[in-house]
Amino acid sequence: MANLTLVQAINLALIQEMERDDRVIILGEDVGVNGGVFRVTEGLHKRFGAKRVVDTPLAESGIIGTSIGLAMAGLRPVPEIQFDGFLGPAYDQICSHAARMRTRTRGALTVPLTVRVPVGGGIHAPELHSDSPESIYIHTPGLKVVMPSSPYDAKGLLISAIRDPDPVMFFEPKRIYRAFREEVPEDEYTLPLGKARVVCDGEDMTMVSWGASVVQCMQAIERSGRRIELIDLRTLYPFDMDCVETSVKKTGRCVIVHEAPKTCGFGAEIAARIMERCFLHLEAPVQRVTGFDTIMPYYKLELDYLPDADRIARAIEETAAY
Amino acid sequence: MPIKTVLTTTINRVSILDEHGHFDAELGNGLIPDADLVRLYEHMCSCRQLDEVAFKLQRSGRMGTYPQNMGQEAASLGAAYVLNRDDWLVTCYRENCGLFWRGVPVESILLHWMGDERGNAMSREHFATPIAVPIGTQMLHATGLAWASKYRGEKRIACTFFGDGATSEGDFHEAMNFAANLDIPVVFCCQNNGWAISVPGKIQCSAPTVAQRATAYGMDTIQCDGNDLFAVVYCFRRAVEIARSTGRPSFIEAVTYRLGDHTTADDARRYRDQAEVDAWRGRDPIIRIRKHLVEKSLWSDAKEQELLARVEREVAAAVERAETIPAPPRTDFFDSMYAEIPPDLLLQRTTMQTHGIGQDPSQIDGAVIELPAKSNH
Repeated sequence: MANLTLVQAINLALIQEMERDDRVIILGEDVGVNGGVFRVTEGLHKRFGAKRVVDTPLAESGIIGTSIGLAMAGLRPVPEIQFDGFLGPAYDQICSHAARMRTRTRGALTVPLTVRVPVGGGIHAPELHSDSPESIYIHTPGLKVVMPSSPYDAKGLLISAIRDPDPVMFFEPKRIYRAFREEVPEDEYTLPLGKARVVCDGEDMTMVSWGASVVQCMQAIERSGRRIELIDLRTLYPFDMDCVETSVKKTGRCVIVHEAPKTCGFGAEIAARIMERCFLHLEAPVQRVTGFDTIMPYYKLELDYLPDADRIARAIEETAAY
Repeated sequence: MPIKTVLTTTINRVSILDEHGHFDAELGNGLIPDADLVRLYEHMCSCRQLDEVAFKLQRSGRMGTYPQNMGQEAASLGAAYVLNRDDWLVTCYRENCGLFWRGVPVESILLHWMGDERGNAMSREHFATPIAVPIGTQMLHATGLAWASKYRGEKRIACTFFGDGATSEGDFHEAMNFAANLDIPVVFCCQNNGWAISVPGKIQCSAPTVAQRATAYGMDTIQCDGNDLFAVVYCFRRAVEIARSTGRPSFIEAVTYRLGDHTTADDARRYRDQAEVDAWRGRDPIIRIRKHLVEKSLWSDAKEQELLARVEREVAAAVERAETIPAPPRTDFFDSMYAEIPPDLLLQRTTMQTHGIGQDPSQIDGAVIELPAKSNH
């Protein structure tokens, strides 16, 4: 075991997968000599060489488009898009091609690529460096979407993503890149995509979240003194509705928390599924604590935008009192 | 003849005041009047002072990530000097000096990097678009802005700046292709500073010049020593003349160097040699203008001391203004979203909540919902 940050856990997963499988290559802006702007790929260029850890031209569409080609030819590319806000130019390649290739060719050509993207706010970053666009990709059939909230999960989920036969968007919450450490096995392990993690058990209420917001949820739960079952979805597509259903049928109350804007945020889908599966078990309306339907503000006001323990605690109390 | 040459091309490079102080009188004489040259020099020094102060502010936790412009003052300044004040200036984030010449206040730039959107609230009269963070995207806006001038029969043109990294993005090619094929008067200026964060220029362009890329789109193109204010002014005069007299776009590759890190979040020592940085320090655009001014007896140690004291005072005053401006109200980020705020967004703004019960106190008995004071913003 090693006591690792989320950055170090991802770095270790990349090293182990590259050692295990020479089809795995890394490409992106500044991922090579510089080791990535967050140092996630630190040391990999030296270790595996410029052939497998490639500093590309500055072109997100190019990075993903060529990765699709590499993947269709049988490699396992792990491209990095440097920040959430720079996904724009890559959108066409991800959604028009990566997501559709298996279907279009009836499986003759597939795209086993894993797109790593630092995501979310809370690090005092400039404009377009703090967005939470996961819903756009969850809403694109053909993609899998993962967002870990801990070093242990990050390592196991990334290895599963790389080995997955379909394209995976792997969102890394940059707010917790170095916020805490966790014991992470140095040996190889995988965690299944599509399985949630019950962070803590509880009878009074269910809370569903993912990514960096899980930390805020834990703070709010601790403060409330209530027995709240916190579910970290970990994989946002395919998502573990069975886990949510079991919990909500037990508790009858549910609060969903995410950083992304409210409208068409993934919380809306979870809430609708709860209506479908648990309606007769509900004691209170399902609540969402989310970012607002605004542009993510520059960092002076970002903490007013992001769901924090106070806002979550208020939703807990109102949901409990309903 | 089965094979014949259908195109040969040349790329010219302009250098007027070189790093050793050699001045080409034929091209340089009369290019910039003495009084203007002194003012331009003062602007570069002011911009450099801001960079040094901003770096310290970031290191002491008083400002977020900041991209220094150090070493690249000449290109945007030369452009802003040549352009009319109502020509569009469409920049990314290393064109502070040109924006200051336009009259954009120093505190606006500071506010932007202090995480305050109000730093982007430029006056319409500056004819400048806000600092573009995604790479190369602003180039298309320049093409559109100039297109609108053409549509209206106005003489206003647009000038856009971008780095060598941007030349790899699709938008770079699309912007130039539109402008060339639809006859739109844009001046495209690539500040080729050799590095896109850690990635060297040869990864972006393996041709010997970036300038030759414009040839492929059928537009006039030229390269200049981007640290030579005279060469920059010469090339922009030429490009602006092309734009105004023919309505055609053209391209300038200003070869320069990023003396600082990409931003304060970067450490360039990880990927580039100090010897390279030292060599470029000797080519600093500010040093050569100062020497030139001294040679022409337009400058003295006393004037230099006076200037440095003045820019120190002015930048310090701008920092104070930026730091003492009251924080925006919590609801600020709702207020510029739409011309008229939609009802649901107004509810979010009023309650600062996104959960149904919290937004509607009537749904819960005994709930005390504190409504934030409505801002006047």
